[in-house]
Amino acid sequence: MNAPVIGTRVERKEDYRFLTGSGTYTDDVALPGQTCAYFLRSQHAHAKINRIDISKAKTAPGVIEVFTGADLPGSVGGLPCGWLITDVNGQPMKEPKHPLLAQGKVRYVGDHVAVVIAETLNQAKDACELIEVDYEVLPAVVNVADARKPGAAQVHDIAPDNTCYVWALGDKTAVDKAFAQAAHVTKLDFINNRLIPNAIEPRAAVASYSRGDDSYTLYVTSQNPHVARLLMTAFVLGLPEHKLRVIAPDVGGGFGSKIFLYAEETVLTWASKQVNRPIKWTAERSESFVSDAHGRDHLTSAELALDKNGGFLALRVHTTANMGAYLSTFASCIPTILYATLLAGQYTTPAIYCEVTAVFTNTAPVDAYRGAGRPEASYVIERLVSTAAREMKIPDADIRRRNFIKEFPYQTPVALCYDTGDYEATLTEALKLADVAGFEARRKEAAARGKLRGLGYSAYIEACGLAPSNVAGSLGARAGLFEAGEVRVHPTGKVTVFTGSHSHGQGHETTFAQVVADRLGLGVDDVDIVHGDTGRILFGMGTYGSRSIAVGGTAIVKALDKIVAKGKRIAAHLLEAPDADIEFKDGKFTVAGTDRQVPFAQVALSAYVPHHYPLDKLEPGLNESAVYDPTNFTFPAGSHICEVEVDPDTGATKIVNFTAVDDFGKTINPMIVEGQVHGGLAQGIGQALLEACVYDRETGQLLTGTYLDYAVPRADDLPSFKVTTRETPCTHNPLGVKGCGEAGAIGAPAAVINAIVDALAHLGIRDIEMPATPQRVWQALQSAKKERIAT
Amino acid sequence: MEMSGEQTILRPQAVTWSSITDPRVLKACIPGCESMDKVGDNEYELVMGAKVGPVSAKFKGKITLADVDAPHAYTLIFEGQGGVAGFAKGQANVRLLPDGETTRLQYTAKAMIGGKLAQVGSRLVDGVARKMAESFFSAFNEHVSGVKGEG
Repeated sequence: MNAPVIGTRVERKEDYRFLTGSGTYTDDVALPGQTCAYFLRSQHAHAKINRIDISKAKTAPGVIEVFTGADLPGSVGGLPCGWLITDVNGQPMKEPKHPLLAQGKVRYVGDHVAVVIAETLNQAKDACELIEVDYEVLPAVVNVADARKPGAAQVHDIAPDNTCYVWALGDKTAVDKAFAQAAHVTKLDFINNRLIPNAIEPRAAVASYSRGDDSYTLYVTSQNPHVARLLMTAFVLGLPEHKLRVIAPDVGGGFGSKIFLYAEETVLTWASKQVNRPIKWTAERSESFVSDAHGRDHLTSAELALDKNGGFLALRVHTTANMGAYLSTFASCIPTILYATLLAGQYTTPAIYCEVTAVFTNTAPVDAYRGAGRPEASYVIERLVSTAAREMKIPDADIRRRNFIKEFPYQTPVALCYDTGDYEATLTEALKLADVAGFEARRKEAAARGKLRGLGYSAYIEACGLAPSNVAGSLGARAGLFEAGEVRVHPTGKVTVFTGSHSHGQGHETTFAQVVADRLGLGVDDVDIVHGDTGRILFGMGTYGSRSIAVGGTAIVKALDKIVAKGKRIAAHLLEAPDADIEFKDGKFTVAGTDRQVPFAQVALSAYVPHHYPLDKLEPGLNESAVYDPTNFTFPAGSHICEVEVDPDTGATKIVNFTAVDDFGKTINPMIVEGQVHGGLAQGIGQALLEACVYDRETGQLLTGTYLDYAVPRADDLPSFKVTTRETPCTHNPLGVKGCGEAGAIGAPAAVINAIVDALAHLGIRDIEMPATPQRVWQALQSAKKERIAT
Repeated sequence: MEMSGEQTILRPQAVTWSSITDPRVLKACIPGCESMDKVGDNEYELVMGAKVGPVSAKFKGKITLADVDAPHAYTLIFEGQGGVAGFAKGQANVRLLPDGETTRLQYTAKAMIGGKLAQVGSRLVDGVARKMAESFFSAFNEHVSGVKGEG
């Protein structure tokens, strides 16, 4: 009997490569004859381009070519949006063209104006300085609250009032009726702060063209190389899909920002044929700040109706979401399909109505960022619930328990059907782990030192395992959301697995190997996982939305089932027994009820050396693939409790304790899960306390364009997290898994802000805008002080 | 961002006026100015170096004198391109008030930067712009009065 592999803390196989500097990132790729590209970007948020003069740049030393928007042939399309949202009037959303290089106008600081291709990077940069652009600067609109104001600058002619769509979900009449009968209504207005993703590896691409067979190869920092290939060939460049190979090698973090098809890699691919040489581009950090798709940026007004006992009757939410200057690949579905559908949270709220207005502004495109819609939804619910609890003098845990969904499956009023969960269990465990019982004593002790302690709750839910393709399609998705896996058993019984789920920090090479090793009775080292190459892998929808183990992992399991089924037939032949009598366990095929057995490796060998083999019934070889389309979303959920200490003299908040009890279904590798939770919490706490992308409201200049002004959390901003999991297995996938990648970023913001408000509530403070910087907290304290003196 | 200041020039208004509209004087007093050439009525092309925090840039730009009300007031409009470093623009309203044999020079100025300069230097640019304005008007005072100006 082998030791169990699933559920154990196997050290990450990929870490040797990463820790010894042996990884291969896109920027490590060096092809013979490679050239360098540098993009000239707009310095204005909104301007008409009267003229571009590239003549001096073209003759500068080392320059091979300079391209502007005028050089792209008419057959080259704009960057597509992968999700069609239909507005409240049944009209399709406004989809302005998203050109690869500016066509007569620039619409945000960082927008692409021209590309210089030169022998060296410095030559390309020097030549960029020689490009003369005659801009006619136009008024800009930046802030989500300003976008629809009368007289606001218009970003696109085809989108009047800068409106992309007005979309709604839920039963408005039922909600209005419930509000009319409510004993109590809690109302809050929020800004969900705009974030910049900051993957440690900046975006990069190396494109090359082979004249011999008219084919292209693109190395790119992508979370989903097959999607990049499909969009680039079929929708933008008009190339035959089979003539482009996209390789996403080692990628240093994505957090969503590397899902999308960007102008840079697309221009490089096109240009590689024009110059007939490989071209490399690697973003500098300053370029990442202005040109990676940003996240969040919602303005929301939300109300919760309650009965006199604190039971939730209805929820009403109005959100304006900033799309930026153009629709990025999945931008349109983030504040709708991935947001409004989550507004039931963990609760039995019977009526919910959500209206979302998406607007264009002169800022970088906004798209999915870790959590993508779900952190925004969770923030709305959990801030409202804690505020309502305070107003109605019901303890935080009690109001949540009173409203928890307890019976499954549960159909929410906002389209989703939760298959399973145990919210009471995660909350109870969190209360214990956070030592909530001892909090009042800690609060008193802190008060004696002049500090204000607060405790904040957040019981979040997310929908992962994206997605049943037919459901997604009915909601406007222009793609399927299945995943592919292939299991190749070699003659010696060693295994290579090809998966469409890309790994860029998630540890798939270990987790997926554990799944395979467990099923086939092999060691983890007997299994290698290959991902990120359209030339080697059947297909893939990629990695986002915490979908890899639930969808990609299941595809591998389905392929493993086929391997085992074929193996049984081979073993039956070798053991001279009927197929139906063969059992497979611990890496051995056994005739049921006997000690006659044949090990897996011998079956594999027989498949490739078919001397004694049922050739009349079976093909030689042992290689199987499967494509899995999930039947439902998965619903990870949990309870986070944050304890803060606020210094009233400085407004500084210190997180003294953070407890996360998450239910991700079955856990494959607890160490990797903890790592994912830690990372997610760091980003969630970053949003709550530190991070804010700020554009100058008038000029549209990005003011937080470096780490001097954009604060990401550092180790000393964070406590030692207390994290654990409870397992209620997912009911509709064979591993019982739900996904864990985004939970931290979804649950943490509300927990942190609820904790700060709890610390300050006795002073009359009921809300603090994110990020709750010392300045904001201090100002809130001063205003509250003034009000108290006045009254 | 807006700033304002006042200098007392130890020369009468007419002399002060002719100096502050003289490109040679302006060139000598604009910090970092490398060249300034007249290209039209009240229009000059200029090259100047400036440093905002970690970004050093050479600006090629244009200075225009507008709303000229001799010898009382004018508006100096500046627009400069610093290549990949970004751009800067601004304007200064200069007013000369006679005060016996001396002149009170009052100015209000505003500046705006864009591109990389804004991304890396937005928190520094106020100080840089203020210092540049002060050093311009002090240098001007020194040039015209022959004494160190008082801010």
